[in-house]
Amino acid sequence: MDTLTSPALTGILDSALQSADSAQFRAYDWFAILRQQGWHTFQSLPMPKRDDEKWRFSDTRTLSLSGYAVAPAPSESEVAKLFARSQFISRPAGLIVHVDGHCIHKPALAPELTAQGVIFESLTDALRHHPALLKQYLLKHKAGLGGDKFLALHQAWLRSGYLLHIPKGVVVAQPFVSFHWTLAEGAAVFPHALVIADELAQVTIHDFHLSAQPATRALAISACDIHAGSGAKVHRLAVQGWSSTTQSFQIDNTCGGRDSLISSVHAAVGSRRARLENIVRIDGPGADVRLCGISVATGEQEFDQRTLQIHSAGNAKSDLLFKNALLDKSRTIFSGLIKVAPDAQQTDAYQTNRNLLLSTEAEADSLPGLEILANDVKCSHGATTGQVNPEELFYLRARGIPLAVAQELLAQGFLEEVLAKVENEEAAATVREMLRVKFHQI
Amino acid sequence: MAEIDESQTQREAIEVDRSKGDFKYEENYAFDAGVGLSPSVVDYISKVKGEEPWILEFRQKALKTFESLPMPTHWATTDLENIHFDKIRYYLSKGQKPVRTWEEVPDDVKATFERLGIPESERKFLAGVEAQFDSEAVYSRMKEELEKQGVLFCGPTDGLRDHPEIFRRWFGKVIPVGDNKFAALNSAVFSGGSFIYIPKGVKVAQPLQAYFRINAENFGQFERTLIIADEGAEVTYMEGCTAPKFETATLHSAVVELVALKGAKIQYITVQNWSANVFNLVTKRGVAEEGAEVRWIDCNIGSRLTMKYPGVVLRGKGARGEVLSIALANDGQHQDTGAKMIHAADDTTSNIIAKSISVGTGRSTYRGLVHIPKTLKNCRNNTECDALLINEHSRTDTYPAISVRGQKNSVQHEASVSKVSAEQIFYMMQRGLSEGEAMSLAVNGFVNDLVKEFPMEYSVELKRLIELQMEGSVG
Repeated sequence: MDTLTSPALTGILDSALQSADSAQFRAYDWFAILRQQGWHTFQSLPMPKRDDEKWRFSDTRTLSLSGYAVAPAPSESEVAKLFARSQFISRPAGLIVHVDGHCIHKPALAPELTAQGVIFESLTDALRHHPALLKQYLLKHKAGLGGDKFLALHQAWLRSGYLLHIPKGVVVAQPFVSFHWTLAEGAAVFPHALVIADELAQVTIHDFHLSAQPATRALAISACDIHAGSGAKVHRLAVQGWSSTTQSFQIDNTCGGRDSLISSVHAAVGSRRARLENIVRIDGPGADVRLCGISVATGEQEFDQRTLQIHSAGNAKSDLLFKNALLDKSRTIFSGLIKVAPDAQQTDAYQTNRNLLLSTEAEADSLPGLEILANDVKCSHGATTGQVNPEELFYLRARGIPLAVAQELLAQGFLEEVLAKVENEEAAATVREMLRVKFHQI
Repeated sequence: MAEIDESQTQREAIEVDRSKGDFKYEENYAFDAGVGLSPSVVDYISKVKGEEPWILEFRQKALKTFESLPMPTHWATTDLENIHFDKIRYYLSKGQKPVRTWEEVPDDVKATFERLGIPESERKFLAGVEAQFDSEAVYSRMKEELEKQGVLFCGPTDGLRDHPEIFRRWFGKVIPVGDNKFAALNSAVFSGGSFIYIPKGVKVAQPLQAYFRINAENFGQFERTLIIADEGAEVTYMEGCTAPKFETATLHSAVVELVALKGAKIQYITVQNWSANVFNLVTKRGVAEEGAEVRWIDCNIGSRLTMKYPGVVLRGKGARGEVLSIALANDGQHQDTGAKMIHAADDTTSNIIAKSISVGTGRSTYRGLVHIPKTLKNCRNNTECDALLINEHSRTDTYPAISVRGQKNSVQHEASVSKVSAEQIFYMMQRGLSEGEAMSLAVNGFVNDLVKEFPMEYSVELKRLIELQMEGSVG
């Protein structure tokens, strides 16, 4: 259990409670100040409005932060149950598990990793052991895609999450795995992930965001910052499977140094509304960034995906592919932007969004954008929205496959392009199964 | 963090040679609406035109709307803030046209006329030295032909006065007053433009050219055009010309409404080449009823800032909309162009092809909107936008918005940004072309398939114009 336990259920919009919660970090005054700054920023910013360009197409009317509170620590039996459910990956390099923002399982690293200087700790432990590292890297970027208010709230209540630091030249093949569960009704969680891969380090991360029950109401505002040094290789899989009544926000920031290789796959099935903001900053030449996203949206779900690829350095590559399958009355919004700075010559940047409408009432919105200030570049974007190919459907049905099954098979085939990029077989199988289950929930 | 420095490029864009358009007004006019915008200016314009009370009411309401709407700078460029509405003349009656002499016309403009092969008689008119050149004969011959077919081709004042039964029904309906700030401004102070009605089944063989009619009056700063093609009618309308048009007024804000009734076809061709001090903020939209087709062919070469997104509302089953757009942004220019396709009926199709070229510090922007709501079936959209960047500091942006629901609807959008390949240039230079010629040839190749869509004489001039713009951009 964490030594820093929170008081009983507290409302996240209450100044006094926030301030009392921060008081627990008195021993780490810089951190308490950081939280306080977050609180002030949160209060000073307005809620997003309908005509806010960064929230175009989003349903801002139903956005609400009231009625959520930091939940108390879970009972022993719940802890045991959820820990047992956090075993998707059989041999992780390290496993950390949070329930309602409380760390219930701290990672135990193999001695050889510790000997190489690898750090994988809960945020509160890292506060004690590695304050310098946190001071240098923690929350150094603004949200930038419209989620500033939410990121500020995340900062104000920051407690749960992890620090992962891979020192220079260290290569870890097995994935580092993190689980965040929501359990209590009305729980607010603020999971944080800070990944620092030094020069030539190699690391794989799997983040699972899940709910214990399929329909408990929750608010999740997560952030993940990745710093990839020169020649570092970072692979991340982020799975969003919160309960069907959750409002979730995921604000990611990735910085890629010279010759770094970064790949990420965001898989989304959960939440009533889920917003993903993903900024990738290419600061060094030769970097190679691959961003993928898949989602299966059902019911009245809204998946709101905002991405920004910033090429500040030349000779670098970035490639983005987001695929959404839409059922029922669901809605997906993809808004992507590639920015190429004036001096970032010889940039190759691509962006593709493909939406598969499996229902007549679903809506797919696409805002693929480019801002190119250099001339010697290859940039393109493509966006398509359409239905299952009728010829393919006919082919399957002619072989006796029922319509529903045939549609599902074709939709799975559509999503497989992204799943194939998840290198860890167990992780890919887990996601594949989650998508399959989603199809059968209808 | 080396974020992209927007302020730098914007500052550069503002450094425009203002002397080019810096002509003087004479001060003592018989009728002078004066400078700035107020209800009395609107009253004045309406009175001079002898309009009916409902038009005055329409104008006054529009003025209120204009004042209540904010500048769209939350998505558009902040360069808009450099428009000083209180320093603009909103109406110039006859005799209030700018006066200048042939000697005052800059040499490069004279050279451009030469290169484009503009007839001697038209040069002085285009340069603003003479108020008009003698085109009365051409115009009246054309008018005679058209009248036989029952075609109406007049200005907004005549149109609304003499044929209210035809024009009033659609006037301000395709583009309502509150559509955007600049459409509201135009609705308040519009003067000049063309009102056209093509009767049922009439196919007008020759393109109607604004050029021949409008120079008989003052070329409107706030043009208002309404074209109605009745069932099965067909018409092509051409606006603007390739020659540079020197203007004293720095704000141009036109509203163009097209109505294609059942089975009608309207093709609207624009070549915009305002001088580099002009803000050109235009709203253009067409409605296509069942089986009708509206096609916008839009070419933007001049102006300091152009914001123009021709749109088609596909209101009838099987309607078709198309926008073909070419934009060329040179030093200090920002071509913010695009297209809107609003699908509002089954089986409708739309096509957008946009090509832009950015030269020097020029910036070209594509903004698109494709909307297919949930009640519809079998709608299709295809969008392609390609940008070519010539110099190191050239800039291009693409901001499409695509929203799709419903059954069996499909959209595809593709955009690419590239530069002229070194291999191509090398290949041509090896065969004796200079680098400039090679570049110009490559750029013409890039837009060739769109230029072909223009009427022949325009496409020839366009090619020459692109060559001119490309000169000095390399080497």
